[in-house]
Amino acid sequence: MKREMVDVYIMGKKYTVPEELTIMGAMEYAGYQLVRGCGCRNGFCGACATIYRIKGHTELQVCLACQKQVEENMYLATLPFFPLVKKNYEIKEIEPTKQIMMHLYPEIYKCIGCNACTKSCTQELDVMQYIAYAQRGEYGKCAEESFDCVMCGVCSSRCPAGISHPQVALLARRLTGTYLAPGSEHLDARVREIKDGDFKSLMEDLMRKPIEEMKELYNHRDIEQ
Amino acid sequence: MYSHEMIESIKKVEATRQDRIGADLRRMTADEKEQLLRQYHPDFVEDGFQSLQVGPNRGDKVPHELAELLQAESRLARMKGPEGMESFEAVLVAPDYETDVLVIGGGGAGASAAIEAHEGHADVMIVTKLRMGDANTMMAEGGIQAADKEHDSPAIHYLDAFGGGHYTNRPELLYKLVTEGPECVKWLNDLGVMFDKDADGTMVTTHGGGTSRKRMHAAKDYSGAEIMRVLRDEVMNRDIPIVDFTVAIELILDDQGKAAGAVLMNLETQEILIAKAKTVIIATGGAGRLHYQNFPTSNHYGATADGLILGYRAGAQLLYADTLQYHPTGVAYPSQIFGALVTEKVRSLGAQLVNRDGTAFMNPLETRDVSAASIIRECRTRKKGIGAAEGEGVWLDTPMIEMIHGEGTIEARIPGMLRMFGKYDIDIRKDPILVYPTLHYQNGGLKINAEGLTDIDRLFVAGEAVGGIHGRNRLMGNSLLDIIVFGRNAGRNAAALSKSVQTGRLTLDHVKRFASELEKAGIHPEKVSPLLLPTYTHGREHD
Repeated sequence: MKREMVDVYIMGKKYTVPEELTIMGAMEYAGYQLVRGCGCRNGFCGACATIYRIKGHTELQVCLACQKQVEENMYLATLPFFPLVKKNYEIKEIEPTKQIMMHLYPEIYKCIGCNACTKSCTQELDVMQYIAYAQRGEYGKCAEESFDCVMCGVCSSRCPAGISHPQVALLARRLTGTYLAPGSEHLDARVREIKDGDFKSLMEDLMRKPIEEMKELYNHRDIEQ
Repeated sequence: MYSHEMIESIKKVEATRQDRIGADLRRMTADEKEQLLRQYHPDFVEDGFQSLQVGPNRGDKVPHELAELLQAESRLARMKGPEGMESFEAVLVAPDYETDVLVIGGGGAGASAAIEAHEGHADVMIVTKLRMGDANTMMAEGGIQAADKEHDSPAIHYLDAFGGGHYTNRPELLYKLVTEGPECVKWLNDLGVMFDKDADGTMVTTHGGGTSRKRMHAAKDYSGAEIMRVLRDEVMNRDIPIVDFTVAIELILDDQGKAAGAVLMNLETQEILIAKAKTVIIATGGAGRLHYQNFPTSNHYGATADGLILGYRAGAQLLYADTLQYHPTGVAYPSQIFGALVTEKVRSLGAQLVNRDGTAFMNPLETRDVSAASIIRECRTRKKGIGAAEGEGVWLDTPMIEMIHGEGTIEARIPGMLRMFGKYDIDIRKDPILVYPTLHYQNGGLKINAEGLTDIDRLFVAGEAVGGIHGRNRLMGNSLLDIIVFGRNAGRNAAALSKSVQTGRLTLDHVKRFASELEKAGIHPEKVSPLLLPTYTHGREHD
């Protein structure tokens, strides 16, 4: 079966590729053996951020190359790496106060509200909003809003204030997970019980049983509804 | 977005939906499952396998694609200069890196190992083929098991995993997995992983296929991504050196035959670098990108079994290398995401597997191997599949989820799935999705003891490269758990061991020895290994 083909311009060079392919597939079809700009191939890792423009349009668009189908006259450039600022900290020694963000990522207060970050998010997150939450020390909200971030870095590439949004969001999420989310009593209790050896004899009994007996137990175990 | 044939079938799915909610779908008996697997599971397709002729597992069956790489030529032999392999031996005396603990692989197991080795005051470094965090961990969607609820226990977790693994799991490894599970979830929680919790802190837990208690902890359907980005951040906070885009192409042993480092290659410049180490941890992950039996895969681009090749060539034994996990619900349509994972959590939340006539043909929470075999039967023998661009599939009836749990559940609990299909104009809240099994996990791997050590002294393995923890079939949520339990375990033990190690003279004798064994067996390999990366052309040669 003859495939429908489209012309795309990979880093400016023209290739004719089947129209059903993703950008990543099109690059491979064109003959690239990818080393950079290819990771999970499933939209989770942020390795394949790509910026493109359709010929004749002025608007710049962004996507993950593994998740976006090619279009006729697509001019594209991959962004396999972006130099984000990552500050080091000890999660056990910091506190979820407003000061910590001011201390580690003070540039967030230079945000001019242009919204370029939100417009460029490959995951369609409201990036400017989560930065606003971070500015106000509302880390739980920042964490929720940024949760689906794949850290591709396109937002930061478009930011006139030099903010490393994905790193700010990651800090907010870790503060939320470590300090702001409620503790899990049942988890702490179980860890203690195991440490105290509460399950030791039960486990040893089980492990001593012959396979036939284990099969009986398994096939007749009760299943929580 | 769906074809005419698909839309017609969807109408039948819609017609039966209301009646299927709450319907009691019988689970198969042990005998039925056994028979189904033998007839339909790819592990039982004899044509897919061959016996190894060389090495510690001589005579054992492994997939053709793996056998070809295990019995291939060393990359060093193909690169040889005027003095052959000797020229590489000459550079061993002047290593580029020296460290106590060398971690090969930058996924969840490698990161956990590195953090614990650092905690144990060892010098530790990570080499990773692509970027730090480029790993199957990042793509694990559904969750992580741990028996931390009141009506659950490590013993019940043990029984679930042991039965699910067809009673072949190594008991000492499984014991470790289930008894250290809760502590590992707590470790992640305290590092800042945002688990799904109720307002009072109770973990939101669900079933996975084959679990008898709801012990699946999740972070939406980004569970692995959330864990990986936190672990990666923690590695960076500790200033643990990461050498990225650099791949280990051979292990180095010392003159006593003990692990002593690795030959590395910069993947961008092809420069060869030598890392000398007192202990080595292989954490290189799985093999989905070898596409066994031509299956698509849900795996990461770098999942090419490199660690198995390295370890085997150095003399480490494999265990259960003939068993793979085919995730029952890979994407069958649209073609752009063919083979991608649809998390088991979709079934945990109540979506059923439904055939072209709108009939739910099985209980959706059977174990993965049984579910995969059942879908293959439904399509191949019963002819109840729905045709897709590549092959066929069955429906996973996602709209049921919101009928059961209420509107908004899909966006709150499986936003990744909503987004993935949404990009192709499929709204999973309104329409079901088409699925077919995809190559997902390497059940087997290098054999280790409870300390994480292989047959080779000072050589540890952690994560998907290990064989034995899950026996011949893994339950959902037990691999995110195992990379943490066994990653930390290996890191801790390697750090402790490194304190007393005196490394001898570095050699590559094992590589030469393996080559001569191949020669003796009459094998003249065309391929080199490890593979490093797959090559895709998307049918260019036919256009």
